[in-house]
Parts: sequence; C-alpha cells; structure tokens
Amino acid sequence: MSDGEGAPGNDGSQFDRLPATAAEREVEGRATRAEVLDWWETRFGVPPETFADHTFWEKGKGKLWAFAGDLPSPQEREGVGMTVLRTRQEHWKPTTTAVRKWGHLATTNVIELSPGEATAFAAGHDQDLPEWDGDWGYLIATHDLAGEQVPIGVGLYLYDELRSVVPKGYQEELPDLGE
Amino acid sequence: MNDDDGVLDRYVPLVDDEAAFRAACDRPLPSVVRVNTLAADAERVARAFDAEGTGYERADWHDGLFRMADRSPGTTWPYAHGWVHGQEEVSCLPAMALDPDPGSRVWDTCAAPGSKTTQLAALMDDSGVLVGNDTSLGRLSALRHNAERLGVTNLVVDQQDARNYSLNGFGFDEFDATLVDAPCSCEGTVRKNPDTLEKWTLDHVHEVAGIQKGILRRAVQATRPGGTVVYSTCTFAPEENEAVLDHVLREEDCEVVDWDCPLESVPGVTEWEGESYDEQVTRATRVYPHHNDTGGFFLAKLEVGGTPDDAAGGDAEVGA
Repeated sequence: MSDGEGAPGNDGSQFDRLPATAAEREVEGRATRAEVLDWWETRFGVPPETFADHTFWEKGKGKLWAFAGDLPSPQEREGVGMTVLRTRQEHWKPTTTAVRKWGHLATTNVIELSPGEATAFAAGHDQDLPEWDGDWGYLIATHDLAGEQVPIGVGLYLYDELRSVVPKGYQEELPDLGE
Repeated sequence: MNDDDGVLDRYVPLVDDEAAFRAACDRPLPSVVRVNTLAADAERVARAFDAEGTGYERADWHDGLFRMADRSPGTTWPYAHGWVHGQEEVSCLPAMALDPDPGSRVWDTCAAPGSKTTQLAALMDDSGVLVGNDTSLGRLSALRHNAERLGVTNLVVDQQDARNYSLNGFGFDEFDATLVDAPCSCEGTVRKNPDTLEKWTLDHVHEVAGIQKGILRRAVQATRPGGTVVYSTCTFAPEENEAVLDHVLREEDCEVVDWDCPLESVPGVTEWEGESYDEQVTRATRVYPHHNDTGGFFLAKLEVGGTPDDAAGGDAEVGA
C-alpha cells in the first residue's frame, strides 16, 4: 500500500527499517544503513561507531529517523526516535537536531562562526562569508560558548554565502557573545 | 469570596496553614528550566548563562534546576542548544520517583507536551524503549518537537487511548515502569494559569476521575510484576488523587510504596467528604504551593504485584 507520498513500495504512513546494505534493499530508492554511516563519515568525519546502537528508519519520502535500539519493522507510530537525515535528493541534508546532537564529533565541513555571525545565523539570516575555502554544500555551523565550540545548526554554503537553514521553529534572537 | 471563585475553600480543612496556602496561590511562579543531561551538565549550563549574562538562581534541592531572573529562557544560548527545558520545579518529581533504569522499557501514558517524557529519557540515558503516548495529534506534535529539540532518540511517539492501550507491534508485551501523569482539573497550576479555577466544576472533577481510574488500571496491567507505576496530578482534589488510588488498589494487583520526596510535603488523606480510603494512600505525597513556593502536586508510587510469567517472556525476541 502506498499513500502516494513516497516512491512505489515506500508506504508514507509507516516507519520501515533501513536495509543493512544494497544487497538487502527491497524498496527502490531507499537508503541503506551502510550508506548512511558512510555519508556521516565522508561528509563530516563522524565515526560509524557513533551509531552502533541506533537503528535507522524511513517514513515518507526520504525522511530518515534514528532510534536508540531495536524494534520490529514496520512501526505504525507517530514517531520512532529522532529525524536525522533527508535523502532521495541530489544532496543529502542532515537535520538541525542531528547536527546539534552529533555535530561535536564532526572533523570536516565545520564552519566556526564569530559571535556576531553566530547570532545572525541562529536568527535565520543568510550572510556573505567569502573567506570559507572548504567544500560547498551543507556545513555544520559552530560557535564558541564558554570556551568550547558548540554546533548551532546546518548551514548551506554556496557562492561565498552561508545560508542559515535553521528551521523557523528553532530560530531565536540570541545574545551576541562578543559584546 | 476569593479570586479563585471559592474553589480553594474546599481544601482549607486539608492544609496546615490557610493564610500561607492562599498567599502562595496568589503569587506568580518563577520561570524555571531543567538541565537536559543528554546534552550538557549543570556546570556547563551555568558557565554558558554566565558568559551571556543571563541571571539565575540554582534550586537547592536539585542540581539541574535554574530559576531564571529576568529573560524568557527561550532567548538564551543554552536553550537554543537544547541544554535546558522549561519545566516547573514540582513537575520534576514524577520522573524522579519512577527512576527508570537505562535500557529498560518505559511507558509514559499521557506524555505530551513532554517535559516529564524528556526527563525520563535523560534518566534512561537515551537507551531502552520509552513510549510517549497521548490522544491528541496536536499535543503529540509538541511532544515530538520537544523530544527532538533535546536530542532524545529512545522515544517512540504513539497515539492511543491509554485506557485500552495495546502493545501490538513492539515485540514485547509489558513495560518495566509506567508513568501516569494524568489529565486533571489542574488546580495546582493556579499560580501559572490564574484562570484555571474560573472554569472549575465539580462535574469536571468527577469526569476526569473516571478517566484517571481507567488509565491507572491499564498502566498496572501493562507493567510487569515487580515493576513500578507512578501516578501524579497537579490537583488538590482527593476525588482525583486518593480516590483514584483507592479504586485501583481494589481492582488491580498492586500496592502503594514509600518513596523519599526531596521537597517538603504531607501524606495523602484517608478521609474526604464522607468517603474513606485505603490506609496505603498515606504513602502518597501531597505538595502544597506554600511548602516550597512551587505549584501544587500529588504523587504516588506503586509496585505491581503478581509473579513473573516466564512463559510470556519479559525479554521476548524482537524481529530484525
């Protein structure tokens, strides 16, 4: 059964566990656990063992969730764990909440913002940042808080500009720690 | 006649200091946040509040509670990072009483919007299976948002009527611990929502008491022998508190057990308006607003009776 939200075979009304590898994939276009682990490691340097105790699930079109344990699949529930990744598009996009939970483990594609930049980013503002010489695409934006770099959320870096993709519900006018 | 339309008059015979009780109910509550230990510890939160100049006072009875001096906590960096969550002090008691083990199976019967659910997740160290159930899709969306904001990954969000909750599909058939933070007449929240008592009716008290009895009975049934059920409300009404316990003690195999309340409190009452209740309800806890300058609260910890049924297999294999 499909409600039309997902690709053929992907029932948008339920949570399906991701197959371990491509060889075990039954639903067309569905990401595998191996691909998800590889993506976090390749894009951000987050080690695969970070997710050793988590299972990954798809609900709807490419919305992936991580659950801290094991459950029978499928699950007809309103939520199974936490949203972590958006797949089934050219560039996979991590969620703000996943970046806030695991972003401190990232070693690549992390952009450290100044106090003023961090405040603007958290409020959802795009900003010109021509000094970034790393990859374009989705980055983890961090700032210094009480002596440690802390991930704020997901940025999209394109054409010398850092776009804040912090969802509206998470945008806040926060103190400028440089003042 | 008081500002509360006389509702609080009925509880005067129960309180030790009427003047202090009424005065406390008239004062607004401070804004309080609880540290989300899945993301940061209390010292890190304190350092961050200090760095941005946010004023606070630490609660002396709980390391992870900060009373905010001025600003709304939503406009602070620790809040934006999911290190803290707005939660009234007294509402931290149920999860502390349930005290779930990491890796265990826990059911939060009336979970939305999720302050206590996310506190349970933190006590479980984000491991095991935490089922957060509620009947309203709108409230469930608030629960999901709060759980995501705080980085909870061991939560299954479910929409069922808790009174006949089904565990179908989980691969196990009983919980280790269950929280019934029941829908109630909310008299204890008058300091936060002064209009609560304007809408108060005795009919509503009796109506929610019926729902509370149904949910608590199902909670005991769905929890393994030897497991723990915590029942809590934010109301003073014995009809919704001791009477509900009295009912479930008669109908299900369980007992009220002692627990060590970290706040000043008094025992549950065995007599109310011509009714008398099982002696065990004196092991329940009543917290009045003037005791600790908080909201009002009721809480009881129950142990489920019976013997483990090995055939049912509390550790049933789950599918791949």
